[in-house]
Amino acid sequence: MTISLTVNGTEHAVDLPGEVPLLWALRDELNLTGTKYGCGVAACGACTVQIDGQPVRSCQVALADVWGPVTTIEGLGTPDAMAVIQQAWVDHQVAQCGYCQSGQIMQAAALLAETPEPTDDEIDAAMQGNLCRCGTYPRIRAAIHDAARAMKV
Amino acid sequence: MSRIGKIARRTFLVGSAAIAGGVAFGVYYANKGMTNPLQHAKGETTLNPYVLIDAQGVTLIAPRAEMGQGTRTTLAALVAEELDVAWEDIRVIHGPPGQAYYNHAMFGGILPVAEYKKGPVAEHLGQMAGYLGKALQTQITGGSSSMADAFEKMRHAGATARETLKLAAAKRFDLNASDLRTENGTVIAPDGRSLTYVELAPAAAEIAPPDVDLRPATEWKYLGKSMPRVDMVEKSTGTATFGIDVRPEGLVYAALRINPHFGGGMTGFDDTEARKMPGVQKIIHFGTGIAVVASNTWLAMKAAEAVEIDWETSPHPATQEAIFASIRTALDGAPNSTLRDDGDAGTVPEGASLVEAEYSLPYLAHAAMEPMNATALYTGDELILWSGNQAPILHRKHCAEAVGLAPEAVTVHTTYMGGGFGRRGEYDYSVYAARVAKEMKGTPVQLTWSREEDMTHDFYRPGGLGRFRGAVKDGKAVLLDGRIAAQSCLRQAGARMMGFESGGPDKALVEGAFDQPYRIPNHRITGHIAELTLPVGFWRSVGASLTAFMYDSFIDEMAHAAGADPLDFRYQMMKDEHAPSAACLAAVREMSGWTGKTPEGIGRGVGFCHSFGTPVAQVIEVEQTAGGIRISKAWIACDPGIVLDPSIVEAQMIGGMIYGLSAAAFGEITFTNGAADQQNFPDYDAIRMHTAPKTEVRVLTANPRLSGVGEPGTPPAMPALGNALFDLTGQRARALPLNKSFDLIV
Ligand code: FES
Ligand code: FES
Repeated sequence: MTISLTVNGTEHAVDLPGEVPLLWALRDELNLTGTKYGCGVAACGACTVQIDGQPVRSCQVALADVWGPVTTIEGLGTPDAMAVIQQAWVDHQVAQCGYCQSGQIMQAAALLAETPEPTDDEIDAAMQGNLCRCGTYPRIRAAIHDAARAMKV
Repeated sequence: MSRIGKIARRTFLVGSAAIAGGVAFGVYYANKGMTNPLQHAKGETTLNPYVLIDAQGVTLIAPRAEMGQGTRTTLAALVAEELDVAWEDIRVIHGPPGQAYYNHAMFGGILPVAEYKKGPVAEHLGQMAGYLGKALQTQITGGSSSMADAFEKMRHAGATARETLKLAAAKRFDLNASDLRTENGTVIAPDGRSLTYVELAPAAAEIAPPDVDLRPATEWKYLGKSMPRVDMVEKSTGTATFGIDVRPEGLVYAALRINPHFGGGMTGFDDTEARKMPGVQKIIHFGTGIAVVASNTWLAMKAAEAVEIDWETSPHPATQEAIFASIRTALDGAPNSTLRDDGDAGTVPEGASLVEAEYSLPYLAHAAMEPMNATALYTGDELILWSGNQAPILHRKHCAEAVGLAPEAVTVHTTYMGGGFGRRGEYDYSVYAARVAKEMKGTPVQLTWSREEDMTHDFYRPGGLGRFRGAVKDGKAVLLDGRIAAQSCLRQAGARMMGFESGGPDKALVEGAFDQPYRIPNHRITGHIAELTLPVGFWRSVGASLTAFMYDSFIDEMAHAAGADPLDFRYQMMKDEHAPSAACLAAVREMSGWTGKTPEGIGRGVGFCHSFGTPVAQVIEVEQTAGGIRISKAWIACDPGIVLDPSIVEAQMIGGMIYGLSAAAFGEITFTNGAADQQNFPDYDAIRMHTAPKTEVRVLTANPRLSGVGEPGTPPAMPALGNALFDLTGQRARALPLNKSFDLIV
């Protein structure tokens, strides 16, 4: 079955059963490997992407149910043209192993779009679904605050 | 394969120095020095093939793998410091499997001597044991040893390359090398003429590298400063390639299902339904389970679930009770080791009051964020493996055996790892990928474990029991007698990795307890090996991850029994035994404004552990809130001797502590009928954004030797949290995880 999908502004036709989660279409069909698999059960956030600007766990969204254009970490910015939030991540040297960070950044970007100046409590609430086994939380928090400031000016 | 990858591989596997259009420094010696591993040859530190120059510039070859600990960045800084190349121009790749990359420092750590007590004799013996690493071909990332191992070697590699390039330039300019200087990848003459390293490389390849002195720390430009990590932009843009991200041409995807009942095989299976499922290309059976190859990982996982399998039962004990009964039998029995036995630990000194406690810790999974996976292509006479791993030589060897090739016919590409924590020193996941690839000749296959497969097929941190007996008098400890029982990681993992089981006293079972810098007149620690065969392995901080909770919680109990302030109690017994350790305690006292008193609703605990040569003290603060107990603040002080990169040290200290807090608060693997009960993060949770404490770190540098930072942050976190909960609630924490007995916020 062919399903059409808009990812990072490009339209794709993927030939997969409609029940396949978006995550696995991105990774194995479109080779957009920035989005990660961590648990497959909505418990880690490594697979977070945005659909219509909303943060979603792509391991939980069936291809047939994708309701709008998808943005992945690759669509947020590139090494040569990073988004403000990605620059904040670099400035704060957030990543350790880095495996969770695509999901963290996509989640944080959605938070900032909704709440331009989040408090610590708002960051706690928005980010608690994103696990980081390396324990980069303090730097993630600092980077979010910094990105918020940078986006204001 | 990238061009540089090809060059590096050919250079090091073939062992030739000069290559078309490029030169690798140190390779001359790689051949020579490797023949007699136990000989301490002059110039030994320069034998490492770490610097490669070709038409595209300078590439540094990292002998240790990057699993998040920042090793790639600091290894690059070590070479660059001497080589004089601009930070932006440095490229770093992971070295191919090579004996020249053996880890000297890790094996230096196996002697049964407390690290803080190492004098010149032990130091020398440690050096000799280090050469064993070379003999055993250990290219291993572990034991928090990367920096200690590389500190001299990598700088020498850079310095030697620089001086050789200067000699080549001196010939061209007709000047003395001593008249020349180097900067940003160029050699510059006093009259302003200059030649780039790239231009000089072919001529330099013909010159025998001279002996060079290293620059003093006062001249360092990169070392000692927080350098932008070389992997940071990639990891912030989703462009870093982890094992799970390699996409060779024509790749197909596979999923695995192995008997969850350890030690059990498979008596039969029915794959009729699975074969009909979309995308399925092949179903492969091993004696212990199956793999499904499909056009997509998820389709492969679904089909793997649909295969009906008759599992054999497990030979392991059927219940948790039986497992811990076996550990208790070991605890009651004769010791395997008595690595500390000061004074008379069998007798309670007159007039002292007795303190006794027992501790129980569960088995733990590593739960690295990236599930186990590897990718392999088998062509019939060659195997190419892409695998995020901590031990490429071992992975190569065992994959070669699995597919019936010589090790030389196996190419290993070590990718970034989405966490290792000790799990990726094991080679099982690479071997499974190789076996599947063999059945798919000519087609590359990526085998990804589901999280459930990953969690139920780990090599776990062993569970253990501790029985401690102590006595206090006049505010001080006068007796500490601890017994610790658990399975031996060293024996089991050692057998897997080295091919033989090490006998003798198992230091890894009691490290974190026998080697703590306390002056207690009657002081004994015995280790007791439980004769269980559940799969166990190295878990961040190894033995100390188990023993520090027992030992340090008990010190805290003694402090309270003595009516002393727990931080000062530790400090007084430590200050004359090991000043750098005591200084860490003093630092957290000051940082946290420790008074020994806490207001209602707040609890504070101190924890300390000296591991991998690095003392670490932590104060943890907990707070009773309406929603439960929150781990609100933490202060960490450590002393790794020399700080090569402050930002990385800070990150490792915080990350190590959070890994320890996750385990202390939530971590537990239990077994039923030889199978792990926990399958995925909902059953095996960890610290998250809202449960992580606000943390401050101070790094001291009074320790005489450079030591590791990747693991030492983990052990003290567990007792510090338990001690804080005691301060808050009056209830002693003697069993982990703590969420079973305390109302922690999840
Ligand atoms: S992989 Fe989707 S939440 Fe973990
Ligand atoms: S950086 Fe490793 S899991 Fe978050």
